[in-house]
Amino acid sequence: MYNLIGAGLIVIGAGIGLGQIGGKAMEGIARNPEATPKIATNMIIIAALLEGLAFGAIFLGR
Amino acid sequence: MFFVDYAYICKNFFSAYFYCFMKNKATKHLKILALLAIIFTAFNLHANSDPQEGGIVDTKEEVEAYILHHIKDSHDFNFFSYSDAEGVRHHFGFPLPVIVKASTGLVSFMSSEFHHDDQGHEIVENNGLRFAKIHGKIFELEPTATEVVFDDEHQAVNATKTLDLSITKSVMGILIIGLFLLFSFSALARQYKTKQVPTGFGRVLEPLVIFVRDDIAKPNIGEKYYRKFIGYLLTVFFFIWSLNLAGLTPLGFNVTGQLAVTGALAILTLVIYTANGNKDYWLHILWMPGVPYWLRPILAVIELAGALLIKPFSLLVRLYANISAGHIVVMSLIAIMYTLKDSLGLAGATALSFALSFFIMLIEVLVAFLQAYIFTVLSALFIGMAVAEHEHH
Repeated sequence: MYNLIGAGLIVIGAGIGLGQIGGKAMEGIARNPEATPKIATNMIIIAALLEGLAFGAIFLGR
Repeated sequence: MFFVDYAYICKNFFSAYFYCFMKNKATKHLKILALLAIIFTAFNLHANSDPQEGGIVDTKEEVEAYILHHIKDSHDFNFFSYSDAEGVRHHFGFPLPVIVKASTGLVSFMSSEFHHDDQGHEIVENNGLRFAKIHGKIFELEPTATEVVFDDEHQAVNATKTLDLSITKSVMGILIIGLFLLFSFSALARQYKTKQVPTGFGRVLEPLVIFVRDDIAKPNIGEKYYRKFIGYLLTVFFFIWSLNLAGLTPLGFNVTGQLAVTGALAILTLVIYTANGNKDYWLHILWMPGVPYWLRPILAVIELAGALLIKPFSLLVRLYANISAGHIVVMSLIAIMYTLKDSLGLAGATALSFALSFFIMLIEVLVAFLQAYIFTVLSALFIGMAVAEHEHH
């Protein structure tokens, strides 16, 4: 049971992090639509790092 | 699971077709899509109505066992299997060679001698040694033993685990993909001797190669050193992308979803960026400037662990978890048509499973590219950090 609670907390953390970076990326694109490729690329990289962290935590929890 | 695999094939074609022609609004394509959807549904309904097939994957435990079996590596290619009217199980597929290092050296035989047994009942005799396969691991039985006996800690009491060097399904996948990449890229490279612009399949590969060079290698490693590492980055990018895509086909490959494969790739990156670290790199790890002297040993330990353990570990887990979790989700959603058969009715469960797994397949195609891109970008980043030259203050 505690495994599931832990997994839920991990997902909350990942969700908050991805939401933050996604929100800031959206703001940046809204301010400067010409820089969209650069902003989107960096957003994807940071999202992948975060997901890696979340998956690593789930993997270790198993 | 004969018909489920056919349903998987139909759904794959559906997703691939939809993805390619999404922008084309002609109704001709909609009709073909509708036809594929009807074929998919027909196979599912037939599978559910057939008394032999419908009862095989009914409970949650059977679904889990089926999925886990498909995630794991196996010693033979089993496309699908079914039971005929007398309850005899037929398998379509072909066996792969088993090569193990037993007590007398290397022994090899075809995995068909195990007769699709995974519980250790079938014993293969070869060169006087006797082998049994349990959950994919091959044990060498002692001369007097007839069956492998496990003690409380799941250690075999009367058998030893052999060193398994066989050609398994994943090894075959790597070989096939490796040969495919070798042929396509060498053909592309040969074309530059005679012309400026490539033709044929090279036209697809050239922009991707330029993408890796200009957007991944040059910004992260810098103009001076990128040529030394571009070969590795290109290899890793196309290798992981092709293997991820191969895992989405109904052939049953799951190469990048194995810890061993992603571990090997992560170790390769580790070796490359550790061997090419210059003096500034090691200085910043072990005796970093700008930090009070008493703090430096503590930070050195943390930085060393980060550089040698955490970075490759994160590369490993990111790729492994993304791909295997994706496969598990797709198969679970397909299995919905069996598990929810009672509550939603046959047609409802099939429609729900079709819709959900279709969208998840689209996401998986994106994830296949994304994970390859991320692995390559992070490898380039780490290499760039190792060979970076700082101006000294």
